[in-house]
Amino acid sequence: MKGDLVAGVHADRDVCIGAGMCVLTAGAVFDQDDDGIVVVLDEHPADVAAAREAVANCPSGALSLTEE
Amino acid sequence: MVPIHMQRAGFDPAPELAELRAGKGIKRIRTAFGMEAWVVTRFADVREVLSDPVRFSNARLQEAGRAPGLPPVSPEERARQLAGNLLAADPPEHTRLRRMLTPEFTVRRMRRLEPRIREIVDEHLDAMERHGPPADLVAEFALPVPSLVICELLGVPYADRAEFQARSNRQLDLSHAVEDRMRAARESRAYMAKLVAGAQADPGEDMLGMLVREHGDDLTPDELVGIASLLLLAGHETTANMLGLGTLALLRHPDQLAMVRDEPERVDAAVEELLRWLSIVHAGTGKMATVDTEIAGQRIAAGDLVMCALPTANRDPELRTHPDALDVTRGGAGHVAFGHGIHHCLGAPLARMEMKIGFPALLRRFPGLAEVPGTAEFRSFSIIYGLTSLEVTW
Ligand code: SF4
Repeated sequence: MKGDLVAGVHADRDVCIGAGMCVLTAGAVFDQDDDGIVVVLDEHPADVAAAREAVANCPSGALSLTEE
Repeated sequence: MVPIHMQRAGFDPAPELAELRAGKGIKRIRTAFGMEAWVVTRFADVREVLSDPVRFSNARLQEAGRAPGLPPVSPEERARQLAGNLLAADPPEHTRLRRMLTPEFTVRRMRRLEPRIREIVDEHLDAMERHGPPADLVAEFALPVPSLVICELLGVPYADRAEFQARSNRQLDLSHAVEDRMRAARESRAYMAKLVAGAQADPGEDMLGMLVREHGDDLTPDELVGIASLLLLAGHETTANMLGLGTLALLRHPDQLAMVRDEPERVDAAVEELLRWLSIVHAGTGKMATVDTEIAGQRIAAGDLVMCALPTANRDPELRTHPDALDVTRGGAGHVAFGHGIHHCLGAPLARMEMKIGFPALLRRFPGLAEVPGTAEFRSFSIIYGLTSLEVTW
C-alpha cells in the first residue's frame, strides 16, 4: 500500500505459555485473559516497533507479525 | 571445583566462558554430577536450544541414567520425585501443568498483589531501621521479602520458613554431600505433603487451595506436592539473590544507583538490566538432545546433555553493545535471565514486581546505604548465584 506499513499481529493461543512478556512489552497491543493466555487487543497497531519487540521476546514463539 | 559453566568472577561470567563465546562457542565439559555435557555460550545458540523442546528435551534428561556416585532410588520414588515438576516435563505433560498455573501469574494478577508486596517491603525496612546499622542485607531484607510473598501466595505458614530455608539451601548447594542433598529433598517433600493434605481437607484462598478446588480431579497428590515444592523453592532463592546481589551491584556503581533511587521512570529498565547483567541462574536445567543435530557448528549426538550458559548469553555483544557495562538506562526484556521457550520462568512477573518495588524502596529509605567493606560473600557453589551475606550501614 504505497510504502506505508500495515502490520498484522497474530497470536497462537495453543502455543502461548502465559508468560506475559507481550503485555509488558506492548500493553496496548496484547492482554492476557483470565487463564493467562494471550489476547490480541489491536491487530493493526500503530506502534509497530513495540509489537515487533513483543513478537521477538515471546518465549514460546506464539506471536507473529505480518507486514504488508 | 565448581563446574566451568557455573564459574563466576564476581558479577561476571568466568573469563574462560567469555573466551569460549568469542571463539568456538561450544565446549565439552563435566557437570557438577560428573556427567559429560556440552556448554553453549552465545545468545543466538542458547535461544535456539531453549526454544526447541522437541530437539532438546527436559524430561528425557531424567531417564538419562543416574549420575555417577548417586545412591540408588527406586523407580517408584523417582516417579514421585518428578511428579508435578514442570522443569522435568516436556509437552504435552508440561503444557497441562503449566496451564493450571498461568492464571495465578498474569501481569494483571501481579498488579493486584502490588499493595501487599509494598507492605511486606515496608515492614522489613522498618525492622531494619529499628535494628540499626550495621545489618545483614541478605538476612534482613533480600531473603525474607520474597520468602514472605511466596509463602502467602502459596499458603505456606511463614513460621516454618527457617526450617525449609535451611532445607532448600542444602538442596541447592553443590558443596554439600549428595546424600545430604537427597535427604533434604526427601524432608522437603514430606513437609509439603503434609501441607497438601491440609489443603485437600480444607482448601483456603491461596494457590494451594485454588489448585485443589479447581484441579483437584486432574492432579495427583504427588503432582500437587511437586508443583508446590517447585514454586516454593523458586520463589525463594531467585528473587532473594537478585535483591541481594543487585543491591551490591548498585552500591558498586553509585551513578547507576542514584538513577534507580531518584528516577522512578527508569525502574523497569533498571530491573531488566540487572537481570541481564547478573544472570543469577547460571544454566537453568540441562537438556538432552533427542536426535543427532548441530549447534554452533558442532555435531551433537542424540542422548548428549546440553547446558546453556545464561550469563555469557546475556553478555553477548550480539545482544547489547558494551555488554559488560551495567547501564540501567537501556534495559529491555530481550534477555534470557528467565530462560526462554516453554520453560520460561512462570514467576517472572512476580519477580519483576518484587524488584521494581524492592530496590527503590530500599534505596530511598536509606539514601546513605553503603557496604561494610570486605563483608560481601558470593555463594559460588549454588545452582543459583548470589550472596550469602552482605553487611550494610547507613
Ligand atoms: S509473551 Fe508469548 S507466551 Fe507470553 S503471554 Fe504473550 S504470547 Fe503468551
